[in-house]
Amino acid sequence: MVFRRREPSTGLGAAPRLRIVRAGSLLLFSTAALIAAWSSGSASQTPAAEQLRPPKTFASITDQRQRSRALYAEASRVLLHPRCVNCHPSDDTPRQGDAQAVHEPPVSRGPADRGVPAMQCSSCHQDHNMKYARVPGAPEWHVAPLKMAWLGRTPAQICAQIKDPSRNGGKTLEQLHEHMASDALVGWAWAPGSGRKPAPGTQKEFGALIRAWIETGAECPTEEVSR
Amino acid sequence: MITLQVNGTSHQVDTDPEMPLLWVIRDLIGLTGTKYGCGEAYCGACTVHLDGEPVRSCVTPIARAAGHRVTTIEGLSPSNDHPLQKAWVELGVPQCGYCQAGQIMSAAALLAANPSPSDEDIDRSLAGNLCRCGTYLRIRAAIHKAAPNRTATNNGAALATGKDI
Repeated sequence: MVFRRREPSTGLGAAPRLRIVRAGSLLLFSTAALIAAWSSGSASQTPAAEQLRPPKTFASITDQRQRSRALYAEASRVLLHPRCVNCHPSDDTPRQGDAQAVHEPPVSRGPADRGVPAMQCSSCHQDHNMKYARVPGAPEWHVAPLKMAWLGRTPAQICAQIKDPSRNGGKTLEQLHEHMASDALVGWAWAPGSGRKPAPGTQKEFGALIRAWIETGAECPTEEVSR
Repeated sequence: MITLQVNGTSHQVDTDPEMPLLWVIRDLIGLTGTKYGCGEAYCGACTVHLDGEPVRSCVTPIARAAGHRVTTIEGLSPSNDHPLQKAWVELGVPQCGYCQAGQIMSAAALLAANPSPSDEDIDRSLAGNLCRCGTYLRIRAAIHKAAPNRTATNNGAALATGKDI
């Protein structure tokens, strides 16, 4: 089965209704963005976040396993977003920007994934974004361990990985949800500052999708997600 | 009012908690050995130590330094006699000199953590300290020369012992 981001298998009649809702949301959102830009003068510098569809969007998928996979496919839009993948590198150095360029200045993950002497992550990154220098920051800024690398991996591969305690930091699914829904460093992805495009939706909405995915059996895609 | 220790002296500064530590050091306290380079943590010219750990002072809000120990190039040694400073003079490392305070502060942090760094260790740890004059080979050599447990297994060490590289 192939999941498509815009038109999931939500049952007869659901997809057209979804389009109408989304078109309406888009109009509303565009109007809100215009007002915000007019009133603050700075909103145009921060790209608008894409929206995440809530779990109820997938309620019409009667097969629970298929519904679980659809929920994961939606959540994977966050997992694969540059704001998340850039700090889950499969090599020695994090990435930057939507083009996922190698981190500048050149940095190494070091033995504890927090840099090397004199070039620690905390040498430059604070616990919050620096507005004028545009250096991103959040509590406990560091790269994910190599065994949690996502860069270059597919949604199906990442799904198997995040469920595997030997590759997810020994987390149960409940702890995985807690991490994704509440962790401050994860939360930076939705408030990256300085014109960086946020991950889709909000951390709360992402947490709701992960919760619903777990409650439906935390199924992984049987084939690669197609977008 | 924010209190911080700079080179062993307590200072109280009345400023915005987001003001970069660099401006407090240079403009409010008057220690100008630490340099402004890029203002975005790319070049390393503004490197100082915060409780012994190197930080880029141009992007470190003064609030982070509150109640902590700051060491600048002026405070690295009592008489400019830190092994790195002596090695820097002996090997004639600086050219224009603008980046050198940051280079030495990063190097001091490296040697505190690793008393016998390899060329690769030095390259990785000082990758964020740029030198427009290109003094990198002499910087590396001087770090080897100052290293407490120096080895002679690499190019930098060869220059440190007077050999051509």
